[in-house]
Amino acid sequence: MTTPAQAAPAEAPQAPAAARTTPGLTPSQTVGPFFGYALPYASGPEVVPGWRADAITVRGRVLDGAGDPVPDALVEIWQADETGEVPARPGAIERAGHGFSGFGRCGTDPAGGFWFRTVKPGAPGAGAPYIAVLVFARGLLKPVATRLYFPEDAASHAAEPLLAELPEDRRATLVAEPAGDREYRFDVRLQGERETVFLAF
Amino acid sequence: MTHPPYLSPDYRSTVLRAPARDLVMPKLGPDSVELTSPVFGHHELGRLDEDLTRRHAGEPLGERIIVTGRVLDGAGRPVPDALVEVWQANAAGRYAHLGDQHPAPLDPNFTGAGRCLTGADGRYRFVTIKPGAYPWRNHPNAWRPAHIHFSVFGTAFTQRLVTQMYFPGDPLFAYDPIFQSIPDVKARERLVSRFDMDTTEPEWALGYQWDIVLGDTPMETT
Repeated sequence: MTTPAQAAPAEAPQAPAAARTTPGLTPSQTVGPFFGYALPYASGPEVVPGWRADAITVRGRVLDGAGDPVPDALVEIWQADETGEVPARPGAIERAGHGFSGFGRCGTDPAGGFWFRTVKPGAPGAGAPYIAVLVFARGLLKPVATRLYFPEDAASHAAEPLLAELPEDRRATLVAEPAGDREYRFDVRLQGERETVFLAF
Repeated sequence: MTHPPYLSPDYRSTVLRAPARDLVMPKLGPDSVELTSPVFGHHELGRLDEDLTRRHAGEPLGERIIVTGRVLDGAGRPVPDALVEVWQANAAGRYAHLGDQHPAPLDPNFTGAGRCLTGADGRYRFVTIKPGAYPWRNHPNAWRPAHIHFSVFGTAFTQRLVTQMYFPGDPLFAYDPIFQSIPDVKARERLVSRFDMDTTEPEWALGYQWDIVLGDTPMETT
């Protein structure tokens, strides 16, 4: 362990806003094990209502370096709608009658499982469609970020700027597997042989 | 380096959960989706969501406090309409979570979860009670310093930040591997709130100020 934190207050009285052009960034800390009663909400996994004919279901598990489930992870997704448009109106929690929130949140169950009901996003510009994924967990001092691509788009993945740079086995970690009618499987492996590709920005 | 590394062995749970491979930077950087953020509206939040002391029939036990500050971007500009979510232990150091086995009393008048949207000036404000320290099983005689968990959305999904706010002068800082996981002492101290007499309300509640500064991303490499 390093030296004790300084007892004296670190900051001088706040300087005028104009002088604080580059304030120090706030460091990340783990979400811990006890967010379950605070962050998840009932409609969190339902980016679209279940009655939508074009709804898809994504299921997966979060696994640790021993291949064991991570039962205290929080998975968040953010994506464009079926036309490729990213929602810009308020309503990310309640969908506000728009039928599509773009944002989903699901805490993992005791088997590390999570699910989302959503629609397949339209392609953003020239790239292949994907869903942005963030995972928080006890033991993760900052989140991991990744992308979920779709298996039926394999033909366009070779030209996708991120996927094209990855060796084939690593690329596979970013592509969901078909799992039946309008269902996909997408596991997140935090560590180990098939560790998911995580993104730095 | 602002953020802690993924692998911080003194915090045992990181050992099997920290990614071991290098993070990959997409050649073109973050994409249009990742550079936008979910947008939240006031209609989605309850009126009492920002007062954690008024969610039950009675008042919770403990030291009533006001916690307020601004959400800023890396250039120091306020981030309005940012969703800020908080959760915390009660005054005795016990979470209202089934997994919390600490033999300290639950408070029937305190759940310990709240949320709010920042105002036009980026300001958030919560009324709550000061959380207690609590033991955990990371190492023998391990105790977490009192803290409030914060979850914040910025204007880009890459800015998403989950962190913890601490209280000034806590004697447990030196022994806490989660606090100490942040390598830079100055960055670490940015998680410590500042007692503020101007925020303190006479004969009612002590006030603490704590600003949150979002970067481009919490997922920076090393």
